[in-house]
Amino acid sequence: MDDARQVRMGKLRWHCRRALLELDIVFQRFWSEVGDNLDDATLDVMENLLAEEDHDLWELVSGRRQSEDPQTQALLTRLRAA
Amino acid sequence: MAYTVRKFDAVIVGAGGAGLRAAIQLSESGYKTAVITKVFPTRSHTVAAQGGVAASLGNSEEDHWHWHMYDTVKGSDWLGDQDAIEFMCRKANECVIELEHYGMPFDRTDAGKIYQRPFGGHMSNFGEKPVRRSCAAADRTGHAMLHAMYQRNVKANTQFFVEWMALDLVRDSEGEVLGVTAMDMETGEIVVFQAKATIFATGGSGRIYYSSTNAFINTGDGLGMAARAGIPLEDMEFWQFHPTGVAGAGVLITEGVRGEGGILRNAQGERFMERYAPNAKDLASRDVVSRAMVTEINEGRGCGPNKDFVLLDITHLDPATIMKRLPGIREIAIQFAGVDCIKEPIPVVPTCHYQMGGIPTNYSGQVVVPGKRSQNEIVPGFYAAGECACASVHGANRLGTNSLLDLLVFGKSAGETAVETLKQSPKAHKDLPQGEIDRALARVNRLNTQTGGTNVHETRLDMQRTMQKHAGVFRFADLLQQGVDKIKQVEEQVRQTEIKDKSMVFNTARIEALELDNLIEVAVSTMVSAEARKESRGAHVRSDCADSAEFPDGRNDKDWLKHSLWYKEGNRLDYKSVKLTPLTVETIALKKRAY
Ligand SMILES: Cc1cc2nc3c(=O)[nH]c(=O)nc-3n(C[C@H](O)[C@H](O)[C@H](O)COP(=O)(O)OP(=O)(O)OC[C@H]3O[C@@H](n4cnc5c(N)ncnc54)[C@H](O)[C@@H]3O)c2cc1C
Repeated sequence: MDDARQVRMGKLRWHCRRALLELDIVFQRFWSEVGDNLDDATLDVMENLLAEEDHDLWELVSGRRQSEDPQTQALLTRLRAA
Repeated sequence: MAYTVRKFDAVIVGAGGAGLRAAIQLSESGYKTAVITKVFPTRSHTVAAQGGVAASLGNSEEDHWHWHMYDTVKGSDWLGDQDAIEFMCRKANECVIELEHYGMPFDRTDAGKIYQRPFGGHMSNFGEKPVRRSCAAADRTGHAMLHAMYQRNVKANTQFFVEWMALDLVRDSEGEVLGVTAMDMETGEIVVFQAKATIFATGGSGRIYYSSTNAFINTGDGLGMAARAGIPLEDMEFWQFHPTGVAGAGVLITEGVRGEGGILRNAQGERFMERYAPNAKDLASRDVVSRAMVTEINEGRGCGPNKDFVLLDITHLDPATIMKRLPGIREIAIQFAGVDCIKEPIPVVPTCHYQMGGIPTNYSGQVVVPGKRSQNEIVPGFYAAGECACASVHGANRLGTNSLLDLLVFGKSAGETAVETLKQSPKAHKDLPQGEIDRALARVNRLNTQTGGTNVHETRLDMQRTMQKHAGVFRFADLLQQGVDKIKQVEEQVRQTEIKDKSMVFNTARIEALELDNLIEVAVSTMVSAEARKESRGAHVRSDCADSAEFPDGRNDKDWLKHSLWYKEGNRLDYKSVKLTPLTVETIALKKRAY
């Protein structure tokens, strides 16, 4: 893995530390499943998703609310399945 | 290892409710203030608080700070300091109204006042009947609170250092605190934040337990740093457990589920609460329900292959009611228990929720330790507020919604005291003691050079399992004694953790190893303090200290009406007296805590 990618991944992983335990657990499961195998497009989607506020993010992750963006929705489905 | 020094008037570690409130006070007084935080301020754990914040505004019905004070003293099982409790309850209205002026969108009555709802343990007229005292902003109280205070800080030019991890206190040979060392996660750079006032607002440490409602961020860093700098930790045996955390995950299932008719069942399908609390049954108070659950599990009537949980059953409720009245519960059950609670019961266990103990402070937010002249000598330059501090207002048991209040009142108070002290302090900063800086650097260096060491994840699990088994919601003399030895063994392993990835940039493994150094201090202090306290009081309940004529509910005021103080050095305990004299009113006399 090149340096820039490693930094990006490290940052993303840290940004998965949230204020709600619900989210922490979902992201922990997700990372232990995917390891470092995420393509750049997914990393972009993930970055945007992580910019959400915690309660909004949980509504999306738990499926109470849907995202209008198909790529985000696809990632949310993966997160839920992890 | 290289480091740089940056000078501030004040440095605050933590940007949750307590840290942000303290920062407002300092920045608005014109002091150069740095706030260091591991995560973006509005992602601090305060966001998780939904229930509300207590204040005797009396908007919905008559209320009085003195009644609130009575409830808090009683809730604390008389271990709370009555001067600090009076201070908090009297200041509540002012602090909540201030928050409203900062832009907090509280729920409102038709007349436009802050809407208030009832919450467990809050009563009118000295324990007579429930009172509406909790102020909320829909189900996002903590979140709204952080936003309002963050904006206010931005306006006041508080300097935020986001995604920085504080490593250790800098304390000179005279005991004065001169700042903290911290690491920028993005670059690995180490900076000494030199300051005339250092305020800790690092939140709770609930991750010492295997089953915890706390997010991963709650690793007790402030307590670890304080303990390593020779500051004792107060009343660490007192942890509040919530009866219904999802087994294995810890995620909280609100009391509302039992309120709507949810029933707890053991492996035989029996509604066991009928035996423990024939009247209130599943709606008995948190500690009664938690202990009954543990008794069922300990006596072999737990569910699942390991018989280690009980079931929360709502399958008899109308699905429409579940969806309407308990929104979000179905998603939580599906996601974390793998069951659809409309068709199947949810596996639950009593789960660690809140830490009553912490860094000892007075009601002005100053850290105090026993010294030659008194039991509460001020540590110059050092303040603490919020869940990491022990003022002590929660004593042996916290009332719901009193913790958000604690953040506001003592965050502000710590800020105010720091401002007053800064006004009188000399212009120049004191010299930094090199040895202290080296101490923090050594901890980081060890991780860079450790080989053949232990695994962080496994060691943390060992610690969490040990705490859960040996110092859980219901405590047993033999388990506690074994627990002290066991946790010391885990501590040895923590001293030798090894990380494979030694990179300096956003290295989560490194951060987790540094956090574990803090968690273990909290875990050891909890185990040692709990083993030593030979009584039952509030959240600390021992099977060998049961209800008797001499000691109702196992509480022994003759020998144990005192605060524990645990010192890291020598792993030793000391005690100090509880402040039974309030500021202006009469002492709330000792009584059995019955509801
Ligand atoms: C699920 C849940 C629901 C709750 N609901 C309520 C409620 O309704 N009402 C109520 O009164 N209480 C409630 N509580 C309790 C209450 O939320 C907490 O006690 C309170 O929010 C703690 O606030 P704090 O400011 O002390 O710390 P936090 O909000 O936890 O903030 C700690 C800060 O310290 C920073 N930090 C920590 N370590 C370091 C370090 N080494 N370096 C740099 N920064 C660091 C973090 O980044 C963070 O900014 C609830 C708790 C839970 C778990």
